[in-house]
Amino acid sequence: MLRFILMRLMKAAVILIAILTLNFFLIHAAPGDPAAVLAGEAGAADAQFIEQLRQRFGLDKPLLTQLGIYLGGVLQLDLGYSYRQQMPVADLIFARLPATLLLTLTAFVIALVLGTLAGVLASARVGKWSDTVISTLALLFYATPLFWVALMAVLVFSVFLNWLPGFGYETVGANYTGFRRALDIAQHLILPATTLGLFFMAVYMRMTRASMLEVSRLDFVKTARAKGLRPGIIQRRHIFRNAMLPVVTLAGLQAGQLVGGAVLTETVFAWPGIGRLMFEALTQRDYNLLLGVFFVSAAMVLLFNLITDILYRVVDPRIRVVS
Amino acid sequence: MSDFWKRFSRNRGAVIGVVILAVVVLVAVLAPVLFPQSPWRMVQRPFLPPLSMDQYPLGTDALGRDVLAGLAYGAQVSLLIGVVSTAAALLVGIPIGALAGYFGGVADDVLMRFTEFFQTVPSFALAIVLVAIFEPNIQSIIAAIAIVSWPPVARLVRGEVLSLRSREYVEAAILSGQTSATIIWRQVLPNTLSPIIVLASLMVATAILLESSLSFLGLGDPNLMSWGYMIGAARTVIRQAWWLSFFPGVAILLTVLALNLIGEGLNDALNPSLARRGR
Repeated sequence: MLRFILMRLMKAAVILIAILTLNFFLIHAAPGDPAAVLAGEAGAADAQFIEQLRQRFGLDKPLLTQLGIYLGGVLQLDLGYSYRQQMPVADLIFARLPATLLLTLTAFVIALVLGTLAGVLASARVGKWSDTVISTLALLFYATPLFWVALMAVLVFSVFLNWLPGFGYETVGANYTGFRRALDIAQHLILPATTLGLFFMAVYMRMTRASMLEVSRLDFVKTARAKGLRPGIIQRRHIFRNAMLPVVTLAGLQAGQLVGGAVLTETVFAWPGIGRLMFEALTQRDYNLLLGVFFVSAAMVLLFNLITDILYRVVDPRIRVVS
Repeated sequence: MSDFWKRFSRNRGAVIGVVILAVVVLVAVLAPVLFPQSPWRMVQRPFLPPLSMDQYPLGTDALGRDVLAGLAYGAQVSLLIGVVSTAAALLVGIPIGALAGYFGGVADDVLMRFTEFFQTVPSFALAIVLVAIFEPNIQSIIAAIAIVSWPPVARLVRGEVLSLRSREYVEAAILSGQTSATIIWRQVLPNTLSPIIVLASLMVATAILLESSLSFLGLGDPNLMSWGYMIGAARTVIRQAWWLSFFPGVAILLTVLALNLIGEGLNDALNPSLARRGR
């Protein structure tokens, strides 16, 4: 197991270096002077400032040396400087990371729990109206643009019904502390987390339904029935456990999409995470910050993939035996 | 072929999908006839609510532009970008998958690690970075969508080619002295067509969602009226004018839904042995 984790960590490191290299060449491939690109817009920075940047990043040196300097900097957690926000990129990102983790993990849990529940329910009632309703909803959620459903949720639940806050992370100026604050944040979390989770809920639902039906046709299920086990027990112990394997795999693969979705959700709900930060970087043409967020979100995805891989080996004993 | 149509038309969802898509295509094609004036032109007072004037049934936006005309021209943009970027992704993915599957060994290893890299990187974030750095225009948007969507194609084609590679008819072709290129192009690839068609129809749907998400964030082509742009522009005035973001969203939802339904229908019709049982 330790060997496996080490191997995966090495692979992740290679991918991260590849992403950094990609970032580096993107800056150089961008139209215009890299120093001007790093400084934001050329108009916003004077010549002396750009000259400073050129020296700092060694832009007069050969390309490979520059790449080395850049990679070395990242190893020391130096993701560059955001000239727009007047702060190091790494500081900006780490300040915003907890909000994104809270949002994406909540959305993930909502999607996984409700999605598999609905999938199990639908598979147990194939062809009945409840299956039709669940399957149709999944089809709709699967086709709905995330940013649009987020806007509509704000409109209905926040503007028209006034049930939930549709903006921000907590009530500004309320200065709640302790439990009251947690409750306040939770209230602000409901709409963004649910809307971010909808698409994934649909994916897990469809996957669970298909997988449950697939497994329920296998021989060991027939044996269990023949032994006279109660259908509920077969459903829970025999079919469900096996049917969950592809769902776990899929969940790992989709981590990247969840992070990408956070950009849209956080933009709509003014949620102070790295997705919103990416949007700000975008509108201000702050490329250093933009590439920094891209790198950190890729690192998050890799971490998430690693966790699901480990989880997968815990869930499926067969793999543990083989390796 | 007639078998295919029989199976396809038996799938109610797929037929609904074809009907919806046909309407969207028709609107896109007829947009210049139905709305001869540019969708960017101010035609009435701003924030005209829907159904208040017969001439502008969906009302006007914050600059007094006709929402219905915007929807019609947006259909052009969505379909164009969806289809072209999918075609571009196929052009990248099919050769990579075919080479990896056919030659195996080191070529397979290298190409598949390359593919894996693009599958691990968060695709939407990469698309944002690419479009932002290369300036938002239709070429950069299409390129970015293609770059983030080709890996599933490569993996699919590789798997298919791998299983076809050892068939007797391929061995016969090798013995008859045909070159690898001819064998891949003439003997192997035609047999991978049906799963590619199914995947492509689903990819067009995903590409449309991606394009609308990019233009929602302000990364659309500034010269093209797109559904995502319309929603993005209406975001700040959602409290006063809900219809500005509502209708374009419904248009995206219906188009993507139609393509997904068609994709499932194609899957069932082209691979009858794999068609989902139990329904």
